[in-house]
Amino acid sequence: MMLETVSERLSLKCKCCWENLKREVTGGYAGDLLSDVMANSSAGNIWVTRQVHQNIVAVAALKEHAAIVIVQGATPEKETLDKATKEGIPILVADMGEFEVVGRLHRLLYPDQG
Amino acid sequence: MGRVYRCNLHMHTCLSPCAELDMYPSSIVKESVVQGLDVIAICDHNSSENVQYVIKAASGTGLVVIPGMELCTREEVHLVAIFENLEGLASLQEAVYDQLDGTNDEDAFGIQAVVNEAGEVEGFNEHLLIGATGISLNRAVDLVHSLGGLVIASHIDRTAFGLIGQLGFVPPDVPFDALEVSAGLGISQARQRYPELRGYAFVTSSDAHFVGDIGRASTRMYLESPSFAEIRLALGRLSGRYVLE
Repeated sequence: MMLETVSERLSLKCKCCWENLKREVTGGYAGDLLSDVMANSSAGNIWVTRQVHQNIVAVAALKEHAAIVIVQGATPEKETLDKATKEGIPILVADMGEFEVVGRLHRLLYPDQG
Repeated sequence: MGRVYRCNLHMHTCLSPCAELDMYPSSIVKESVVQGLDVIAICDHNSSENVQYVIKAASGTGLVVIPGMELCTREEVHLVAIFENLEGLASLQEAVYDQLDGTNDEDAFGIQAVVNEAGEVEGFNEHLLIGATGISLNRAVDLVHSLGGLVIASHIDRTAFGLIGQLGFVPPDVPFDALEVSAGLGISQARQRYPELRGYAFVTSSDAHFVGDIGRASTRMYLESPSFAEIRLALGRLSGRYVLE
C-alpha cells in the first residue's frame, strides 16, 4: 500500500517530505524504546511512536523506515523536522493515541487478518 | 576552611556520537577554565576512553576532572555515574560493554573519536554508544554504588531519556545521590516544579555536547576542597557541605 493512501485513510498531517509520500509501505512497527525499534523493525515499515526528539530520525534512517507517525497530536521538535527533511523521511502526526493508530493501520494493511 | 566551588558534573567529549569533534580533551579543559569552573565530570554515553586524556590535559591548570560515564539503562533512562578514580569507572565500563549490543553507524549517529591530551586521534569506538544497555535502572544504581560511585539521574525534566519522561515518575525506592535538572530549567525553578522531590539533592549541569555549551550551567557547592569525597558529602548535605540552591 502507498504511504499516501495510509495518510489519507488515517487523516494524518504530514509535517515534512511530502514529495516522499508516494512510496510503498511494507508493514508497521509500534514502539517508544529506540533500542527495541532498532532491534525489531524492518525496512519500509511505518514506525508509530510517541517520541518527538531528533534521535527518532537517526533510527528511522538507519532502519530505512517509510515514515514516522507521531501519535497523540504531539509536536515533533524543530531539530527533528530539520533532520527528517535532510534524510527525506516523512513525519506524519495523528491526533489519535497509539492504540487507535496501530489498530487502524493494521486493519488497513492486513484487512484479511482478524 | 571551605568555600563555594563551581561544579559541572555532566559534560561529553567527542567520544559521544552526538557531541561535536571540537569537544576534544584539551579544548574542554581550556573552555572550562575560561568559564571559571572548578570541577568537571566527563560523562560520555556508555563509554569512558577519553576521561584519562581530559585528566592529563587538565594537569597543572587547577581544574579538577572527575571520571564518569552517562549510562543508558534498559528502560532508556540516562544516569550519570561518577567515581573517585579511574578504577571504579573501568569496572563499570566492563559491565556496560558486556551488556551493550550493536555497532556504531557513523552516518546515522556520528563519529565516536578517542582523542588524547595532545589532540591526536587514538582511534574510534565501534560500540553502539547511543544504544541502551541491558542493565535495568535498579541494577545500574546498585552496580555503581557497589563500585564506590555516585549516581545522578540525568536531566529528569527532559521528556527524552529522563527518569520522569521514560518511567512516568521517580521510583521512590531507588537511592539516587542526586537528580539533575537541565540547564534550561535550573535548580530553583525545578524546586517549584517538583515539590514532591524535595527529599533529593538537585544539581544542574551543562550536559555539554558542544564547546559553546560548557559554561551554560553548573552547580555551586560549598566544599572544603574540590574533590569527589567532598562532593559526596555536599550531595548528602553532611558535615557542613552542601549544594547552593
